Amino acid sequence: MVDSPSQGNRIKFMSITQSPHTFTAPQTQEAPWARWVLTGLALAFLSLFLLLPLAAVFSEALKKGWEVYLAAITEPDALAAIQLTLTAAAIAIPLNLIFGIAAAWAIAKFEFRGKSILISLIDLPFSVSPVVAGLIYMLIFGLQGWLGPWLREHDISIIFAVPGIVLATIFVTVPFIARELIPLMQAQGTEEEEAAIILGASGWQTLWYITLPNIKWGLLYGTILCNARAMGEFGAVSVVSGHIRGLTNTLSLHVEILYNEYNFVAAFAVASLLALLALVTLALKTFVESRVAQKISR
Amino acid sequence: MSKHKHHSVLPGFNLALGFTLLYLSLVVLIPLSAAFIHTAKLTWPEFWNTVTAPRVVASYRLTFGASFAAAVVNAFFGLLVAWVLVRYPFPGKRLVDALIDLPFALPTSVAGITLTAIYVGNGWIGQYLEPLGIKVAFTPIGVFVALTFIGLPFVVRTVQPVLEDIEKELEEAAAMLGATRWQTFRRIIFPTILPALTTGFALAFARAIGEYGSVIFIAGNIPMVSEITPLLIITKLEQYDYTGATAIAVVMLIISFVLLLIINLLQWWIRHRKAIA
Repeated sequence: MVDSPSQGNRIKFMSITQSPHTFTAPQTQEAPWARWVLTGLALAFLSLFLLLPLAAVFSEALKKGWEVYLAAITEPDALAAIQLTLTAAAIAIPLNLIFGIAAAWAIAKFEFRGKSILISLIDLPFSVSPVVAGLIYMLIFGLQGWLGPWLREHDISIIFAVPGIVLATIFVTVPFIARELIPLMQAQGTEEEEAAIILGASGWQTLWYITLPNIKWGLLYGTILCNARAMGEFGAVSVVSGHIRGLTNTLSLHVEILYNEYNFVAAFAVASLLALLALVTLALKTFVESRVAQKISR
Repeated sequence: MSKHKHHSVLPGFNLALGFTLLYLSLVVLIPLSAAFIHTAKLTWPEFWNTVTAPRVVASYRLTFGASFAAAVVNAFFGLLVAWVLVRYPFPGKRLVDALIDLPFALPTSVAGITLTAIYVGNGWIGQYLEPLGIKVAFTPIGVFVALTFIGLPFVVRTVQPVLEDIEKELEEAAAMLGATRWQTFRRIIFPTILPALTTGFALAFARAIGEYGSVIFIAGNIPMVSEITPLLIITKLEQYDYTGATAIAVVMLIISFVLLLIINLLQWWIRHRKAIA
């Protein structure tokens, strides 16, 4: 594998290794200066692209002091946006949770043809542009859409109304919980469930007492990620929302409206709420990951 | 379908699979098919003229060019960040590791207005770039910056676990045989992480192509210059040109499906390698 290992090179390698492990572990570390340079470069890149934007959100939000900040996040339109964001997430997450458990049960516990195609189909919403996700719901529920005339006759509005926002949110968050549960349940196998069934437990009892306790951290992990996306989605809900203030504005849409009105401080104040949500998400995610790691190492 | 039950004693297969398929069909598959069915109303020349109009082609060029450039930068720095996180100890490492996923967790509109604020003429970075004649906000470079932010976690998160799994013995053997660190990296480590690196690159690229929220604030959205394809779809929708919007959406969908296929093949490649090793 290695070309022309010169004697001189090897001697140099041995002589600069000063650790007591010289004989068992040869040089597999870069020189200290190289480590410093690489670490410095990596941290500089991350500071530029992660830390700086994070600091900028809060700095811009607090530019005119706490009073302006608090006023911006407690005005009626902002509160309505918070409420709608929470509502959409509260509907989308439980539905995708049930879907995730059902999909993982079918895929992880049974063998059937077309399984890998099904797994790819579940991942599909990840590769669809959010704008296209919003558009396809317009084609079905919009005025010119398949169900448009029928919906209008029955006085039901989906597009430019709350149901459209909920549907778009569900679409973009479909894969999150399923894709955490499928590999986890595949790794756990079927022995425990089979034992429960043979000992006389019903299917639902097995799911409730055996499977769910085994996957609870994966379930929580998927839910955290699903929630972050559900509350933060912008492109898909932007298409179906119609941007009616106080009615069909989620938090991330409200940020856009305030920004386009040159109300920058208020826009960043609302944005800072979403940035806080992102930070809480990352903290919870790291915590759950450490729990999962502990479980595996035990 | 004869493999169905696979002599399993577990119940609930029909219910679970039935619900999965029903839910996926209602939420994902039927709505997606609506785009293709709607476009079928167009004749082939009508479709072709819509999706190859000069303004549309300019938007493809920007979208794919900026996405590619952003994915390349992310491949390089993502590998560097993954390497540093796996191999070198430094204070605050856990915090940095957790922060990598910020672009996944931060809503795209927040990312968009924040990056714009940083790169405009009087922004934290913009004020130093503008005197040098470099304009970032409201130019194609701004699109590239936003897409780099959005794609940052992909390469790090695909390469990191593979780097962690590399056996030290191989590197020790290479060093014993007289290889320099650079030779070991090029000949031993890099080939091992190449599939993961390519997957991360493809994921970042695929995500960037569809991205909307973080880009529209910083792009300036000038037709033919800094207008991305997803924005063009929205513009057409706002003009009630549903058919034109859908035709462009179908082009994007087909490209996404091809990319998804490539990513799946890459992942198969990784698993295959692991099985051999």
